[in-house]
Amino acid sequence: MPDPNADVRTKIARQFIEAIPHAKVLGMQLTRIDNAGAEITMPYDARLVGDPETGVIHGGAVSALMDTCCGAAVMAHPAAPVATATLDLRIDYMRAAKPGDMITTRAECYHVARSVAFVRATAYDGDFDRPVATATGAFTVERARA
Amino acid sequence: MKRPEPVQVIKQRRDAALQKMLEGVPYIRFLGIRMDRRGDELTGVLPYDDKLIGNPMLPALHGGVTAAFLEVTAIMELTWSMIWEDMEAGKITNDAPRVVLPKTIDFTVDYLRTGLPRDAYARARVNRSGRRYASVHVEAWQDNRTRLFAQATGHFLMPQRDG
Repeated sequence: MPDPNADVRTKIARQFIEAIPHAKVLGMQLTRIDNAGAEITMPYDARLVGDPETGVIHGGAVSALMDTCCGAAVMAHPAAPVATATLDLRIDYMRAAKPGDMITTRAECYHVARSVAFVRATAYDGDFDRPVATATGAFTVERARA
Repeated sequence: MKRPEPVQVIKQRRDAALQKMLEGVPYIRFLGIRMDRRGDELTGVLPYDDKLIGNPMLPALHGGVTAAFLEVTAIMELTWSMIWEDMEAGKITNDAPRVVLPKTIDFTVDYLRTGLPRDAYARARVNRSGRRYASVHVEAWQDNRTRLFAQATGHFLMPQRDG
């Protein structure tokens, strides 16, 4: 069924993400956003290295990317929240991201209740067959006053 | 009985070891995180900066910044407890090899309140540290020590040490 508000909603979500100062300094780019979720990329940056021996990006920077992407997926959901905030976020680190590779995160908001949204996300480097990290989180849902 | 070492010698040794642990991690410098030390107690300090904002409307710290600050503090506390004995034995010298850091297996952040646009502090507690795995809890606050704005628990893979 076509959703007449989908374009407006994704436009709002896009503006919401692009106005985040911390997402900007990390060079995040929103590459996809629709009812199904969001995809955000973050380029490799020497300032974000957590282990100077290997040049691997710090887990904290991956957390920031995961958190932003999960928030974007909540904002783009057909339930149309006006705002959202992270309640909790768990990240599992499967392996080190390859130094030099851009990191891509895909998030899906798989359930929205009256005031809580449930989200999962996966992060990849250049190899999309082997995830670098996965995340699951609960987010607040602020609805417009009726 | 052996005379206790002069206080300056002890402080110099501990501060140098702490510096060695932090130095060369670009991401810690990027966020502007410092570690305050009182004896063996470490407090992570995240001075406020506009680039740490996640919600410009409120404004509020980015949830990812909070997570990163907690994770950095947890790793530093764990590493600090790991090297303490070697350090006190005078083995962590300037020309000693870089300290190998534990690797994060998983990290769960509990967001309790909005992170306000001001300085934040964090302290971690190593709840279990075995030969291979460790479990660390970390708490962060801003104005009041008892009003936490976030806490987290993480599991870490310890670096393999010789012997």
